[in-house]
Amino acid sequence: MATPAVTPWWRNRRLIPWLVQGVAGLLVLVVVAFLVSNLVRNLTNAGLLLSLSWLRNPAGFDVSETLLPYNAELPYWRALLAGLVNTLRVVLAGLIGATVLGTLIGVAAFSSNGLLRRLARVYVELIRNIPLLLQLVFWYFVVFLDLPGGEQAIQLPGVVLAKSGLYLGKPELINDVWQGQMRLTVEFGALLTGLVVYTAAFIAEVVRGGVASVPPGQWEASRSLGLTPLQTLQRIVLPQALRVIVPGLNSQYISLAKNSSLAVACGYTDLYSVAETTLNQTGRAVEVVLILLGSYLVIDLLISALMNGVNSWVQIKER
Amino acid sequence: MVRLRKLALCAPLLAALALVGCASEGGGIQSQKLNGVKSRGKLLCGVEGKLPGFSFVNPDGSYSGLDVDVCRAVAAATLGDPNKVEYRDLNSSERFAALASGEIDLLSRNTTYTLSRDASGGNGLSFAPTVFYDGQGVMAPKAAGINSLKDLAGKPICVESGTTTELNLADRMRQIKAPYTPLKFQTSDQTYAAYLQGRCVAVTSDRSQLAAKRTSFPDPAGHVLLPEVLSKEPLTPVTVNGDPGWADAVRWTIYALMQAEELGITQANIDAKVAEAKANPNQADLRRFLGVEGDFGKQLGLPADFVVQAVKAGGNYGELFERNVGQGSKLKLERGLNHQWSDGGLIYSPPFR
Repeated sequence: MATPAVTPWWRNRRLIPWLVQGVAGLLVLVVVAFLVSNLVRNLTNAGLLLSLSWLRNPAGFDVSETLLPYNAELPYWRALLAGLVNTLRVVLAGLIGATVLGTLIGVAAFSSNGLLRRLARVYVELIRNIPLLLQLVFWYFVVFLDLPGGEQAIQLPGVVLAKSGLYLGKPELINDVWQGQMRLTVEFGALLTGLVVYTAAFIAEVVRGGVASVPPGQWEASRSLGLTPLQTLQRIVLPQALRVIVPGLNSQYISLAKNSSLAVACGYTDLYSVAETTLNQTGRAVEVVLILLGSYLVIDLLISALMNGVNSWVQIKER
Repeated sequence: MVRLRKLALCAPLLAALALVGCASEGGGIQSQKLNGVKSRGKLLCGVEGKLPGFSFVNPDGSYSGLDVDVCRAVAAATLGDPNKVEYRDLNSSERFAALASGEIDLLSRNTTYTLSRDASGGNGLSFAPTVFYDGQGVMAPKAAGINSLKDLAGKPICVESGTTTELNLADRMRQIKAPYTPLKFQTSDQTYAAYLQGRCVAVTSDRSQLAAKRTSFPDPAGHVLLPEVLSKEPLTPVTVNGDPGWADAVRWTIYALMQAEELGITQANIDAKVAEAKANPNQADLRRFLGVEGDFGKQLGLPADFVVQAVKAGGNYGELFERNVGQGSKLKLERGLNHQWSDGGLIYSPPFR
């Protein structure tokens, strides 16, 4: 019996794609290896070889507001950590605020009240078409810094709103400076307001798109069953709309986290701001930028992972 | 502004990429930078851009100031024309990255000369002669009744981020045990805007800068400098490390301006002095200085008459000082430490020999 004709390897349909991919992969590896070895060699020649030992040196600069205890004698890594915690604080508060405001405005687009509908439209068009940086400068310099300070501050029982911030729990004016048990600075306030207002406009559009994706028959059917509009929204429409909304929210949440680095525009000491001072003092540009890149990447991947979890939870469960 | 921020973030990366890109360059040629400037026919000079007296954009779009005049003198010395300068406005955190990545040839932007900026293990920069001896000060509104640093305990102080002032302030306040809240801003505009809005009780920076900024306040007389001087701030032009040829050209152009003042050579009488030097072979010192004889220019890779060109650009050091920040300006700063050494100051040019 004659042996079946063997296909030569260069015409093997299963082998060729593997070969091509292998060669391409190898080329990429070689290029990357070349670039990295070059970087290391040049950095070594310049005496700037990547090192993280400077992180243990005392930072020497102060951070204006921290949740963790911090002073200028602590090492750089503590300063960066304090900055990271400040970033996380504003991102977390921003996510909650933007979601609530965005959902309200998105749903308002379906209101039977014409004025509310138009207001929601105007809000979205106005806010999303102005750069965030300008909005932050506006909130900080025009709105928050125009608050009265000192004795003229807005005082309510247990709450004081002054030029320097919002004070809660028996605020007192000591030596011309307000002191309270809890304090939110105007820098934090301006950044949070800017991020919430800006991101809410985008979230509103995502929510509107999600709600619009639910067939009108569902509204009609629900009404014919005697449910009120609010009940319809809550029990019929939103559960279905969430499947469309959640993936869209994910990218808005990530933008919010990244946009928080605009904090320097309004004097809030976030990770970027601390990193900038660190870079300037140590001259460790490459390491500091790598730390920055890594931190924002991790924050965004965490948000993504969380939202993917939420997504699989709201998807249709087929039984 | 968004662009600037991106730049600030990208610049270190670009610097890293530049290092990636050119493995085996450098060496061989006498000075890459100097040749680069000559072949480009233009000097790229990094300045602050918003600081009256040092670098400021005039209503007609041209730049003026002490830092700017240094750029002009270097352009005149290397290219024979003080106007062949392209200015780049840089904020304090972009400046070194812009220099390292080659975006600018010379950084003339009220930069303090420090060890960590000079050392190869730090920023690895190369400093030219100091053109302005300054010190850090603190400014507060007169109405606030603040008379010394101690009065600032517990109060917010505005600082520009990424400057030596930030560290000096932290050190000094720790020393006098006065806790305070630093409010950091990325640009000087933001810093002074927050101060004028009353968010901080005081603002800290170099004393010259405070005096300069005060001239543009709505009520300059309503703000006072506190008596304390927090630091030594020798403001110095900077070039990139690893190009001694270019660093020398810049260094000796600046020394030429100082030496010219010492010799009584001004923008007005420079032509007469050249004629005098040419006519009188006995004035060997003057002849060498002005390039009538000898090869000082050639040794630096500059034209023989580089001193003449530099002085013609804006005058000698004293003229630069008086016109931009001294009695001939709005700032009206005293010369103080910036007098010639012969008048008890620190301005001292090594001999042109």
